[in-house]
Amino acid sequence: MADVNRGNRPLSPHLQIYRLPLAAISSILNRITGVGMTLAALLIIWWFAAGAFGAAYFDFVDGLLTSILGHLVLIGSLAALWYHMLNSIRHLIWDTGRMMGVEIVEKTSYAVFAGTVIFTLLTIIII
Amino acid sequence: MVQLTLPKNSQMRTGKTWPKPEGAKNLRKFQIYRWSPDDGENPRVDTYFVDMDSCGPMVLDALIKIKSEIDPTLTFRRSCREGICGSCAMNIDGGNRLACIFGMDEVKGDIKIYPLPHMPVVKDLVPDLTHFYAQHASIKPWLETKSNTPAKEWKQSIEDREKLDGLYECVMCACCSTSCPSYWWNGDRYLGPAALLHAYRWLIDSRDEATGERLDDLHDPFKLYRCHTIMNCAKTCPKGLNPAKAIAEVKKMMISRTH
Repeated sequence: MADVNRGNRPLSPHLQIYRLPLAAISSILNRITGVGMTLAALLIIWWFAAGAFGAAYFDFVDGLLTSILGHLVLIGSLAALWYHMLNSIRHLIWDTGRMMGVEIVEKTSYAVFAGTVIFTLLTIIII
Repeated sequence: MVQLTLPKNSQMRTGKTWPKPEGAKNLRKFQIYRWSPDDGENPRVDTYFVDMDSCGPMVLDALIKIKSEIDPTLTFRRSCREGICGSCAMNIDGGNRLACIFGMDEVKGDIKIYPLPHMPVVKDLVPDLTHFYAQHASIKPWLETKSNTPAKEWKQSIEDREKLDGLYECVMCACCSTSCPSYWWNGDRYLGPAALLHAYRWLIDSRDEATGERLDDLHDPFKLYRCHTIMNCAKTCPKGLNPAKAIAEVKKMMISRTH
């Protein structure tokens, strides 16, 4: 095949047509929450740093982050933190070669989703 | 590199709707990816109707029926029709399967068929697997020995032989590798689930004496470590194997290596 003229061969469709299984969705969510938390960390640094710039600037940033939208963003970051942590525990277990069957992976995916909701709500209630 | 969209020459258009077979009462609709190297056009998705009352139960039965009764230009690979040759691997209903052992009763609604994902297309449902096979060859899928060849044969205990179960059954259909997003984005350098499953099959073979060299060769940020345990490979494998687990075992051998 090496000497065949490959011409203008198209690339077959991938994401466009593949129905992502639950485990794949939980995997990409791990990446998304990881990136999201990095952005959230910058927001929180901005919040702290604003205090060093003076009362007026702190009031401005504090107002933004404690507004309804700010609360939604921070609650989202909290959920991301829980999701990422629970899923990372699953990754640690996988690194030992355990719990890697197709069925158990589906179950633990649901468990991570449920755990994220429960721990996020608990954190909101406690704090 | 991650490119979520298809290149311009690969974007699909709505194709032809082929006439329904006359007098058929139990029709099923098929939407099938078509591309020909001869006309310079973009890929298209054609619509066919197959009479289920005179068709076998598997997707391959319908494809053969379409080819012989409706459209002889429809191109696909097939051979054994019993799931052992791996030729008819394709994307059916959003997952990679062997058309010969995948029943149409497992699909709800219209049956959508595409070539294996993220591969160069030779024609219609036939992908170019040259690189995939080269990656398999690169892991040296044969017994490597250093000691003197025994007079009769390389012996193996029953327990050691059992370690190869769940690995040797792979038919190299490429369903797993082409289901893997890591392979989609980095398939040029990441070996992919199929080649890595084979790598593990030789790593744990008690008769093989090149374990150290094999691990050295895999010790690479791309070849092995692009596996992020997405698990599409195990989910899609038509033979029920678990390449993700095999890759995890290779990673474990890497950190506890004594060779």
